[in-house]
Amino acid sequence: MSANLVALAYLVASVFFILALKGLSSPESARRGNLFGMVGMVIAVATTLTLTQNWPLILGCIAVGGVIGALVAQRVQMTAMPELVAFMHSLVGLAAVFIAIAAVNNPVSFGLPEILPTGSKLELFLGTFIGAMTWSGSVIAFLKLSGRMSGTPIVFTGQHMINLLMALAMVGFGLWFFFSDTTNWTAFIAMTAIAFILGFLIIIPIGGADMPVVISMLNSYSGWAAAGIGFSLGNPMLIIAGSLVGSSGAILSYIMCKAMNRPFLSVILGGFGSDGGTAVADSGEQKTYRSGSAEDAAFLMGNADSVIIVPGYGLAVARAQHAVKELAELLHEKGVNVRFAIHPVAGRMPGHMNVLLAEAEIPYEQVQEMEEINSDFSNTDVVLVLGANDVVNPAANVQGSPIYGMPILDAYKARTVMVVKRSMAVGYAGLDNDLFYMDKTMMIFGDAKKVVEHMVKAL
Amino acid sequence: MIGEIDPVIINLTVFVLAIFVGYHVVWNVTPALHTPLMSVTNAISGIILVGAMLAAGPVETDWGVWLGAAAVTLAAINVFGGFLVSQRMLEMFKKKEKKGNA
Repeated sequence: MSANLVALAYLVASVFFILALKGLSSPESARRGNLFGMVGMVIAVATTLTLTQNWPLILGCIAVGGVIGALVAQRVQMTAMPELVAFMHSLVGLAAVFIAIAAVNNPVSFGLPEILPTGSKLELFLGTFIGAMTWSGSVIAFLKLSGRMSGTPIVFTGQHMINLLMALAMVGFGLWFFFSDTTNWTAFIAMTAIAFILGFLIIIPIGGADMPVVISMLNSYSGWAAAGIGFSLGNPMLIIAGSLVGSSGAILSYIMCKAMNRPFLSVILGGFGSDGGTAVADSGEQKTYRSGSAEDAAFLMGNADSVIIVPGYGLAVARAQHAVKELAELLHEKGVNVRFAIHPVAGRMPGHMNVLLAEAEIPYEQVQEMEEINSDFSNTDVVLVLGANDVVNPAANVQGSPIYGMPILDAYKARTVMVVKRSMAVGYAGLDNDLFYMDKTMMIFGDAKKVVEHMVKAL
Repeated sequence: MIGEIDPVIINLTVFVLAIFVGYHVVWNVTPALHTPLMSVTNAISGIILVGAMLAAGPVETDWGVWLGAAAVTLAAINVFGGFLVSQRMLEMFKKKEKKGNA
């Protein structure tokens, strides 16, 4: 294939990638979008095959990776999506590092001059260090999300200073690598190693509650790593695809930060949630709350005109989605207007709760985002809060509160509020929730799944 | 044009324009599909497979080729895993569509 034909094929593939993302603007067009993405990838891979000679090896590796990927995709639990995504980010990062090392070893096979010009070295450096940090950061994120490592932030004195010094050292080795006449492996390996360590160090101080931001950020990194490799290889398709992913991840990070009212920088610097619990020990006086049974709650909901269900991650942990779907159906049959209100940070990653509800076959028309539904709480009879806490805490409206300014679901405006919870324990933000002590609030203690099943029975 | 343009400048042009495209396209993604968005972008970043194939391409095998082969495998996991898990999730959003109409 001539170089021009290859470039044109890559252009077509890039357009398909853009169409893939465009398709996600609505659930109706999303499947077609995903298909476009696959078509783009087939075009890209087929075109690249014509440039290589080692077909058996390459196709064999694609087959092995493909089978592994397909099996993982088929088996993964929807609750485990955040782990899967973190795992896949780490693969992109590691692949980027491998490619960069291979390119330094044998530039000719990538169409680069035998002795790397400084420009290419700079690009390879960028691709390698972003890739290495993506890999190690994602590994930590994966371990934290899958519960193999505690979600508590790991902080120590001088942490940021150490990170800064390491970053400077990395740049130092990078400069040495740029200005060496021959391929300077010592400098290259040293800076790659530092990047790996830096990836670990940057993610360990970030707590479990901030994981939605971290995972979006790593999504962004994996895109920039691909774009960096695209620069090194002078491949516009890699640059386009990488930038699409990079900007997507950046936008998601921004949305997540805004939903938690946390500045991006403070999330990155970490430590949030490590002082959890201190905020609770305020007045010491015993506040009173009202508790009720699942049957009482079912009776109230059955007689209501409108019910809004606010699901949180606790619902997913208790695997109560299917029970909730039954509850919603029963109420619907009784003529109750049932809707679900989703806070942007419900779940462990952007949009996670929507997928969990979709898996339970809850019609997506019933599932509404915070902006759509917030004005409706004041004329709603019953709000049922299932495994959510901070996202309905009216303290967000009180100046001086640690979560002041965080956008919340206005559950407290409803006529009756019912909260299903295991205990009176505090949420991620380590804050007591005034919603639980309001006169119109009824607490129902127990496992979300069991409570909802009791409600279904009572109806 | 006057003289030769450095390919780096052309790549930079592509890069900046692609970020703008990405920015506008992604803001249009409905929040309900943010998780599939992540898995689709995951699959798309598997495009790094192309670079990995070039690394594994030469016939005279040295360790660089094996490194390339490892990268091909890793990227392929991403491509297949990402697109297939997205498909699986998006199917869930479809089932309800039918029920809703019925």
